[in-house]
Amino acid sequence: MRLILDEEQTGLGDSVRALLADHCPPQRVREVMADDGEGIDRRLWTQLATLGMTGLLVPEASGGAGAGHVERCVVLAELGAALAPVPYLSSAVLATDTVAALGDDSLAEELLPGIAAGQQTAAVAVAGTGGRWGSAADSVQAARDGGHWRLAGEAAFVVDGPSADHVLVYADHGWFLADGGAVSWRPSRTLDPTRRMARAEFAGTSARRVPCGDPAGVLEAVWHRAAVALAAEQLGGMRRVLADTVEYAKARVQFGRPIGSQQAVKHACADLYASCEQAEAVLWHAAWTADHDPAALPEAAALAQVVLGPAAFDTAAAGLQLHGGIGYTWEHDAHLYYKRAKTSELLLGTPADHRARLADALCL
Amino acid sequence: MTTGFRERVRDWLAEHAPRSDDHVPEASESAPTEQQLAAARRFQAALYDAGLAGLTWPAEYGGQGLTAAEQQIFQEEAAAYDLPTGVFLISMGMCGPTLVDLGTHEQKARYLPPLLRGEEIWCQLFSEPGAGSDVASLQTRAVRDAAGDWLVTGQKVWTSGAQYAGFGALLARTNPDAVKHRGLTMFVVDMHAPGVTVRPLRDMTGSAPFNEVYFDDVRIPADAVIGEVDAGWAAAVTMLGHERVSIGGSVRRRYDPMTFDSLRDVARVRGVADDPVLRAELAELYAAERKLALLNARLQQQSDAGLAPGARGSVAKLAGAQVLWQAVRVAGLVAGPRAIAWDPGDSSGDALALAITATPASSIAGGTNQIQRGIIGDRVLGLPKEPRVDRDVPFRELRVGTQAR
Repeated sequence: MRLILDEEQTGLGDSVRALLADHCPPQRVREVMADDGEGIDRRLWTQLATLGMTGLLVPEASGGAGAGHVERCVVLAELGAALAPVPYLSSAVLATDTVAALGDDSLAEELLPGIAAGQQTAAVAVAGTGGRWGSAADSVQAARDGGHWRLAGEAAFVVDGPSADHVLVYADHGWFLADGGAVSWRPSRTLDPTRRMARAEFAGTSARRVPCGDPAGVLEAVWHRAAVALAAEQLGGMRRVLADTVEYAKARVQFGRPIGSQQAVKHACADLYASCEQAEAVLWHAAWTADHDPAALPEAAALAQVVLGPAAFDTAAAGLQLHGGIGYTWEHDAHLYYKRAKTSELLLGTPADHRARLADALCL
Repeated sequence: MTTGFRERVRDWLAEHAPRSDDHVPEASESAPTEQQLAAARRFQAALYDAGLAGLTWPAEYGGQGLTAAEQQIFQEEAAAYDLPTGVFLISMGMCGPTLVDLGTHEQKARYLPPLLRGEEIWCQLFSEPGAGSDVASLQTRAVRDAAGDWLVTGQKVWTSGAQYAGFGALLARTNPDAVKHRGLTMFVVDMHAPGVTVRPLRDMTGSAPFNEVYFDDVRIPADAVIGEVDAGWAAAVTMLGHERVSIGGSVRRRYDPMTFDSLRDVARVRGVADDPVLRAELAELYAAERKLALLNARLQQQSDAGLAPGARGSVAKLAGAQVLWQAVRVAGLVAGPRAIAWDPGDSSGDALALAITATPASSIAGGTNQIQRGIIGDRVLGLPKEPRVDRDVPFRELRVGTQAR
């Protein structure tokens, strides 16, 4: 079990961080956020693709890097720290992992080269309108129409749906691939202005059925990997909030001295640090497990969300609090991390769901 | 060569390590009986005679002159046993290593061999009723007489093992006109010298693993100074550094009612394990234990890679206490009324009650949670220090402890 990064992995994080510092400063995040369009910084996405980041887990034969979960988590942590408005979680994680778990060669050949090159994106529709992971199987019906299949019904909470070229749908008869442009999208209003989600309405939408012996097993496998990937984003957010808060506590003077010299503030910062250090150990353990010990992944992935979901939100909330009034303004970025953290905490199920998963893994 | 060493340790332990029913409580657990103490001394002497005591200490003074690698191997092999060495923890882990670092040749030659053989046990005399978190504000004073001897008067507290210790490492104030950190000196004190009184200190568990030690004009010779006169704070920092290492290297007892495993078993026995609330609480407790264990493993990997934990060790100390407090909460939920009354002879009831009662020590002993947070804030995060009112003031003019003014 390896819980620290090697030189190459550290270098990978450094280069992504440098790219984001140059091309994705908070000001850029806000420009994309304010735009009514798809909510994606296409230029940044192309730059990430040029660096080979968009196909990290895609096999080399399909144009990817054939790297591991640890490497992908290194990148996700930086994206989470910068709140980068790119379809990484949707396309390079959820869709890529779904294709991998489905194990269908022709689907992989069709989707992965474009995803890896960053030229196409894909989204995954697995939740129904109630939001439960996998409940799209109850709300999207697939029916055969001659040699084709047609989808009817609704899926929701589809991250980066409207901008996706392809949509992988978990419907009542298993997994389907639909053309993004053929789906009728209703963008949702979202708590987090930097993460777009939409409803997908299917009205006899033409789709291709992906042969799969165990659709629910694929759904589980995708959850485990998504839980690890999202935890990396969450860790990135925690690290950024901690760093910003400590910096502010050193600079902000009240009552004639930096607020960080006050125990009430200092001890709160220490608690954030302690939480962040433990979250970091849990994350790298989960990422290592995804790469090296698949049998232990259900527990490690559930643990990652049990720990990092609430910890990331608590960190964002405490960081905001320690900024005082400025933290409550629209102008300050604290609210963006707060909204992202609450969204991520609930994106793959609630903390109660994650605890139940962990309890299951522990045979409680 | 270390392979051969591991086998030697393994073979020796298999032959000589006592069965767990001979278990001697650790110094912080409860006071050992005479019989247990004698067994511990016999074991330590055998360890010494086998060349397995003082592994990293200089051979000149009874040690083995080996490296940290052999020490690590010994600890790994010993982890399978409850060795009766707890009573020597302070001697071997703190006082001895400090003597190795700072002692004169005469001090090392006199004190280290019997210490390593378990013949002479040491205690540490730092804390006072008025000096807990702020040890440097201690008031026990040592005054030099015309012959050059020192006369010590004052009171120490939370002294583990004082009732059976032959010697103590004493921190006393030798210069009250200096600022508080500058006027301290560390001494070797003979615990059987006239004027030393040891009284057991009963803690909230009802047992008395600690003592109060009173000094009433106790005479200490000039050659008993460890390090330099008035440089006792540096000596204390050296010793506390060894303390951190020795606490970090100690292993958790094999049966502990406050772990996830134990509490899960209690839940199963009571037939409440599938209650959804308890499932969630147990899962959270597991998560808390696991994230601490992973943090420790990561600190170790960083340390092996050349990044020493330093002040970040305070995160593990703080998190360890928090996990225990969380376990106390879960224990109440899981055990229910069994945590408050049980039949005489039900040892699991006794064990749970003791664990609940002992938990406050985790967030107080070895630096309170508040002190740990201060260390993290100051030394890890680099936050500005709190303005200090005692920095430039001679100790004589300081207000310390809870004294009225």
